[in-house]
Amino acid sequence: MDRRDFLKAFAVAGAAVTVQRAGAMDVMSQSMAGAESGKVDLVAVMGGEPDEMFRRAIAEFGGMKNFVKPGMKVAVKPNIGWDKVPELAGNTNPKLVTEIIKECFEAGASEVTVFDHTCDDWIKCYKNSGIEDAAKAAGAKVMPAHQESYYRSIDLPRGKKMKTAKVHEAILDSDVWINVPILKNHGGANLTISMKNHMGIVWDRGFFHQNDLQQCIADICTMDKKAVLNVVDAYRVLKTNGPRGRSASDVVLTKGLFVSPDIVAVDTAAAKFFNQVREMPLESVGHLANGQALGIGTMDLDKLNIKRIKI
Amino acid sequence: MLRRIRTILAILFLGLITFYFLDFAGLLPDGFNALERVQFVPALISLSLVTVLVLVALTLVFGRIYCSVVCPMGVFQDVVTWLSAKFGKGSKGKKWSRRRKRFQFSPEKKILRWSVFGVVLLAFLCGFTFLLGLVEPYSAFGRMVTNVFKPVYMLGNNLLEGIFSRFDNYTFYRVDASILSGFSFFIGLVTFLGIGYLAWQHGRTWCNTMCPVGTLLGLLSRFSLFKIRIDTEKCTHCMVCGTRCKASCIDSKNQQIDYSRCVDCFDCLESCKEGALSYSLPKATKAKVEPLVEDASKRRFLIASLATTAAVGKMMAAPPQIVSNNNSVKPYKRLHPITPPGSISLAHFQQDCTSCHLCVSKCPSHVLKPSLLEYGLGGIMQPTVYFEKGFCNYDCTVCGDVCPNGAIKPLTVEEKHRTQMGKVVFIEENCIVHLDGTSCGACSEHCPTQALSMVPYKDGLTIPHVNQDICVGCGGCEYVCPARPFRAVYIEGNPVHQEAKAFVEEKKEEIKVEDFGF
Repeated sequence: MDRRDFLKAFAVAGAAVTVQRAGAMDVMSQSMAGAESGKVDLVAVMGGEPDEMFRRAIAEFGGMKNFVKPGMKVAVKPNIGWDKVPELAGNTNPKLVTEIIKECFEAGASEVTVFDHTCDDWIKCYKNSGIEDAAKAAGAKVMPAHQESYYRSIDLPRGKKMKTAKVHEAILDSDVWINVPILKNHGGANLTISMKNHMGIVWDRGFFHQNDLQQCIADICTMDKKAVLNVVDAYRVLKTNGPRGRSASDVVLTKGLFVSPDIVAVDTAAAKFFNQVREMPLESVGHLANGQALGIGTMDLDKLNIKRIKI
Repeated sequence: MLRRIRTILAILFLGLITFYFLDFAGLLPDGFNALERVQFVPALISLSLVTVLVLVALTLVFGRIYCSVVCPMGVFQDVVTWLSAKFGKGSKGKKWSRRRKRFQFSPEKKILRWSVFGVVLLAFLCGFTFLLGLVEPYSAFGRMVTNVFKPVYMLGNNLLEGIFSRFDNYTFYRVDASILSGFSFFIGLVTFLGIGYLAWQHGRTWCNTMCPVGTLLGLLSRFSLFKIRIDTEKCTHCMVCGTRCKASCIDSKNQQIDYSRCVDCFDCLESCKEGALSYSLPKATKAKVEPLVEDASKRRFLIASLATTAAVGKMMAAPPQIVSNNNSVKPYKRLHPITPPGSISLAHFQQDCTSCHLCVSKCPSHVLKPSLLEYGLGGIMQPTVYFEKGFCNYDCTVCGDVCPNGAIKPLTVEEKHRTQMGKVVFIEENCIVHLDGTSCGACSEHCPTQALSMVPYKDGLTIPHVNQDICVGCGGCEYVCPARPFRAVYIEGNPVHQEAKAFVEEKKEEIKVEDFGF
């Protein structure tokens, strides 16, 4: 990138942040006045296919056009961490990724970029997850994330343990980004959902593990450029041996989907959903409470206007 | 005509073999490993009798076609020789004078040839494969490509990637262009410069002095049916053919050819204006076999070298690799180096691997690198498994699939899942959960069999629990363990690979989720 490109990107990103901030304020006012005005904070859907469930959910938010404006560059960040086929629920469902990309383009996005910093060999993950093919077929760009040179440093002034992080340029160069995790059991963090999915936008994951994992997960979520939407794929849930899973016996077909701009809320909802499959006390998923303490969202679902849809 | 066919085939072999080594993106289908499997020494070591017999028969009928077409090192030298003729000293003159007196006949260096052959053979039989790997042409070529050419190729890729991704095109992706092993790079470079220099100045000297395959096939090619033959009646002693022979094997003055060194390049055929040279079957009348010269000094030399090699072999016990100690909790050392999955045992691998580094180049997870002293001096440059840049993919069988020597045997995915090349060792004192009282679980996250599983610890934390029986030694845990300077988990190599037990699958429960749960 030369200086001109950089300045341009900088200017656009700046503009985008302003726009986004305004959006975030809207969301907050929504949650205040939520119940009365009928504006939705969180949508939970059950019983359909991933694409169908997302269509229903986004409609409740008034459509993707409320999040993606014409001409915007969008980054979509699924979980593509493992060399696993969709049936083994190690990665976000490719059908869901396809649907989100489609909606972005329909809302006028100029470009959609998909990536993840994988744990297994990235080429195998991209391919065997079905996400590379799905994203390309839907017209998105699929970007590598396996080398440090794809990442740039940002400050996290509100972070407790983590004050800076190297974040993937697809996020930094986008106008808005959409976080699309899959709900899974996790050996270390107990659950991995939207907040934990941020580890895939960062280069140095080891730092998280070295410096209080549950706190660092919350810290990275304080970054200025928050995802405009968190879409939790709970179509198939990895109940045990997560986040990687060993075999099909770890997987439960639950057909759920949770969408919200509030990352703590959507993760709390998904965690409660997970508790129906296997007991997992919310206190043990420490990053939820840490996130709430940092003011990036709320665990108190009762205060939110939640739309529940069963298909 | 013959020369043209030879050139085309040779360039195909050289080009495809080289590209197969360089091709990190998998553009060439897996089937191209056949080009490595037909190499002489790999075929011999892997006991591919059919391939060996075909190569022997080919030589007995047509001469050293193997050396002029199949062997990538041979063809590489021809390319250098050609470049030297085109751009080297004295190439500026008129075309007819360009190659004049370029080569000249020289007598066979029989003692040197057979000494090298003998030493290499004996060393190999004594379990010291290093020497064979060093001079064996296919392996030497593979090392040259992997350690010297490939980093350059990778840099080229990264340059293209830089240009393309400026335009948001991600057809190319950045790759690691670093040199994996200083020593192997050095050997590769010396091979390239040394053999390259010989080829630039003297054509096929290396093939006819140092190369054990050249020596062996040279023995056979004395008896080939088809040979370059001089029609003594037509020959005018113009000596041109001798100056065109890059093997320096045509004695034009005496109208004789040393067939043990002729590599069937056919360059001489076109040089003879009188048509006195032909590549043909013997005339019915003459059937002259040159006697093999017995040489007492040669024999003495062989015996002496046998003794030294045997002694050297004994001296090469593998010293363990020691991890340097720092200001951390508990240092550890790997007692046994890890050999690739499918290599059966340290002993088998060390005997059969000639360090062509094809597996190093092809491993998609970057867990293979040329060793330095992990296997001791005798195994220097043989690939070893390490977990600094990645870990062995649970479902991957590439190294065994590509190994032409059978040093790494091919495994099915099911066999791979049960092949234990090493075992996990957990050091609780170094573990972050224990030291800091915070969550981690990175090791278990990467463990495909849950040989490392997270079990309840205190304060709602979980800590790794080890079940070595189901561990395959993939090293996911070691690679990712964030504890420093000493990791809390590492893989201890199995000197003899074992069968991992199958993990017990949870019973598939029929869980119906009817509600949202909030």
